[in-house]
Amino acid sequence: MYNVNEKGYYGKFGGAYIPEMLYPNVEELRQNYLKIMAETAFQKEFQQLLKEYVGRPTPLYFAKRFSEKYKTKIYLKREDLCHTGAHKVNNTIGQILMAKRLGKNRIIAETGAGQHGVATATVCALMGLECIVYMGAIDIERQAPNVARMKMLGATVVPATSGSKTLKDATNEAIRDWINNPTNTHYIIGSVVGPHPYPDMVARFQSVISEEIKTQLQEKENRDAPDYVVACVGGGSNAAGAYYHYLDNPDVGIIAVEAAGKGVDSGESAATSALGKPGIIHGSKTLLMQTADGQITEPHSISAGLDYPGVGPMHAHLYASGRGEFISVTDAAAMQAGLQLCKLEGIIPAIETSHALAIFETRKFKSEAIVVINLSGRGDKDLSTYIDYFNL
Amino acid sequence: MNRIQEKLQENKKLLSIYFTAGYPTIEDTAPIIEALENNGVDMVEIGLPFSDPLADGPTIQASSTQALKNGMTTHKLFEQLEGIREKISIPLIIMGYFNPVLQYGVENFCKKCQEIGIDGLILPDLPLAEYQEHYQAIFEKHGVAIIFLITPQTSDARIRELDAASTGFIYMVSRASVTGSQKGFGEEQTNYFNRIAAMELKNPQIIGFGINNKETFQTATRRAKGAIIGSAFIKMITEQGIAGIPRFVKSIR
Repeated sequence: MYNVNEKGYYGKFGGAYIPEMLYPNVEELRQNYLKIMAETAFQKEFQQLLKEYVGRPTPLYFAKRFSEKYKTKIYLKREDLCHTGAHKVNNTIGQILMAKRLGKNRIIAETGAGQHGVATATVCALMGLECIVYMGAIDIERQAPNVARMKMLGATVVPATSGSKTLKDATNEAIRDWINNPTNTHYIIGSVVGPHPYPDMVARFQSVISEEIKTQLQEKENRDAPDYVVACVGGGSNAAGAYYHYLDNPDVGIIAVEAAGKGVDSGESAATSALGKPGIIHGSKTLLMQTADGQITEPHSISAGLDYPGVGPMHAHLYASGRGEFISVTDAAAMQAGLQLCKLEGIIPAIETSHALAIFETRKFKSEAIVVINLSGRGDKDLSTYIDYFNL
Repeated sequence: MNRIQEKLQENKKLLSIYFTAGYPTIEDTAPIIEALENNGVDMVEIGLPFSDPLADGPTIQASSTQALKNGMTTHKLFEQLEGIREKISIPLIIMGYFNPVLQYGVENFCKKCQEIGIDGLILPDLPLAEYQEHYQAIFEKHGVAIIFLITPQTSDARIRELDAASTGFIYMVSRASVTGSQKGFGEEQTNYFNRIAAMELKNPQIIGFGINNKETFQTATRRAKGAIIGSAFIKMITEQGIAGIPRFVKSIR
């Protein structure tokens, strides 16, 4: 009911609104992705890499002091402990194996915070494939360590200098590259966005997160479902993975946390559900921040990974159908929450993730409720932002 | 028979020009169309600017960004085109991305095209299946033609489907590329042009992408009915303005 239908739609969102130049590539992927993912050899290789290379399963950690502070039971799903420092690598491992089976030898990707770029550069190095990463010129400045990491891993980082010079524009450039290189190239999209089948394929690769939560919670709490799953949403890949196996379980509350930037009504925000209307971005019909005239507007978030004017069509459907509860968190609230996790639990979170941590200031839960937060990434890449913000 | 079909029956190779509405200045839209017709251009694609033109190279990206800065909107474009048919008789086609059309309302958009005398639409990111399921009836009701794109990578079976659904001509994208390619035409293009000519499609074919001078225009129209020039025209008008149009058109044929 909340998964993609045979036409590539989640409710009224999704589809593949792509120029004909991309049709052969996207169609090839659509016809093959489920078949390839179902192959025993594919699954074996995928699972082995997740275990031995990524370091899965990641722990489900009971955050005792954080829980005491907010008087509820909070678990952290430690995706920050994945190799490369975030959940992004689950998807890039899956897609690089997909690309190889499709016979592609050149990989392109877009990146916002740089986590997806690093995760893509990493798997390309692992498989010996050429890697080109498009990254907004502004993001290149604010995520310098990740740019250096990609270069060390052998990737070419190409600055996107159009528009707002952030994630949206990097994605445009990657799509243009794909149009220019239609036969030998696979585009590893980093989130549950883009034309069908990307949102579904990426969600499936990320679904290992909720699959593990089920097993781990069973061990710890003798039940496989929490009362709530909380995740930050930019495009929404970590959220899609954390929700995936709970979508059709009405007892599990789904909470999506968006970046309010300087405030939802400040004009500098990335809170897509609050500010967006149905429209088309990057090949998908979804909620989109745009003018009345249908021009896509520039978002703002202190976190590069949430700085996106759209949201995956699955999440648009969760919002429109009322299945998901959407909360927006400002730059300031997120920064404070990030710092607080450092002090209470000794974990420095990515600023994206800090948005999810911030909801407890305003959203109250019963003391016996079990709340799982997907701790999607670690904060190493954000040190300069934390340093500037707190004058460390 | 509409203006596009009439024009396609003329015994000549057609020169079609794409330009971005509201560029270089907001008031240039109608004067550019007039100058093009007066200088013997056969057809015009009026570009409705979009903030995120995925299939366009740097030239059309820049002209779109500038047009939006100049204040171009869908409403403004229709306002500028009001009464255009008092002066202009060549086919006029609006080319743009689907989102602005969707936000205006597809039905409203087609209705407005009919009122003004816009003959057809090229919407590269409106997929065939969506068109057929949701919009074909609206286009037909208002007599607005739809023109689909094909590329060298499009399979024969899909070309047949796109041909069946197109109601003006087939827009042949010359190579796998965003607009504004300067690579010229090689063996791949020749083979592709021959392959399509041999398919004997229902619709005539007009070739676009990478046409930027007399040579590429002639190569393209050897087998196809006509060719579309976009980026090269926009570069010219950026440098020379409307006054450069007569010489530009002469340089092509």
